[in-house]
Amino acid sequence: MVVDRESGDRADRIFAALSDATRREIVAMTLTAEYSVSELARRFPVSFAAVQKHVAVLERAGLVIKRRSGREQRVRGNADALREAHRLLDQLADVWRGRVERIGALLAEPEPEPEPGLDLDLDPGGA
Amino acid sequence: MSVIDVQKDLAALTLTVTSRFEAAPPRVWQVWSDPRQLERWWGPPSHPATVVEYELTPGGTVTYYMTAPDGQRFHGWWRVRSVGAPSGLEFEDGFADDEGKPNPDLPTTIVRVTLDADEAAGGAATVMRIVTTFGDEAAMKQVLDMGVAEGMSEALGQIDALLAA
Repeated sequence: MVVDRESGDRADRIFAALSDATRREIVAMTLTAEYSVSELARRFPVSFAAVQKHVAVLERAGLVIKRRSGREQRVRGNADALREAHRLLDQLADVWRGRVERIGALLAEPEPEPEPGLDLDLDPGGA
Repeated sequence: MSVIDVQKDLAALTLTVTSRFEAAPPRVWQVWSDPRQLERWWGPPSHPATVVEYELTPGGTVTYYMTAPDGQRFHGWWRVRSVGAPSGLEFEDGFADDEGKPNPDLPTTIVRVTLDADEAAGGAATVMRIVTTFGDEAAMKQVLDMGVAEGMSEALGQIDALLAA
């Protein structure tokens, strides 16, 4: 992979955070409006503590931003982080586009001689 | 143009790249199964790949490094999960430290390759599909268990609409 390590690590957190249905819904809801953790907890059939945990995972991934308002914790979605996830997938797509192009060029060359003693090629290849 | 389709799916954490080649699957398989051919396309021209270990069997390991223009080496590895010559393979793709040892702290991706003969072309062409999944195996299993393949949830549709805006 040519995607650099730091962004790959960030991607891992983003994608892991998005791998849960409740967390995805929290992100979608908080992208359009700010909610308190208790408001979110009322909308999901899970405990307050569970929602709090989900929000913490999302916050670590940078997908939501939390702020304190009085006694409440308000949560809103971070669209930039989602754009980042899209961008990382785009980057990975570019890596594969390059590889596919090079495979195409390689296949356009005359057939290479099979290497003697190389037993990995399970098919004789060619015709 | 060899690439015919690119699908990004944030819900399934996958990227699917579909391409087509004017060669039968056994020939396309060689670009994966012959390390010397693999070296010619895995890295970009600026960072050519050198394969060190090559064991294309289930549980086997492939190690390689890519050399930057300034001579710096970037090590990587595959852990082979399944091999079905000449129609596909699956492996975990990860980073390694400067000595080529897998670094467990860095993220890995799962890469699934399928090669299908294009019957419309009399089998003389191949459709290659590369599905790359972010995250570790546990995360992927969790995702599959959730059945996200059923289609994007309403929530994700909403996210995509917001991103497009």
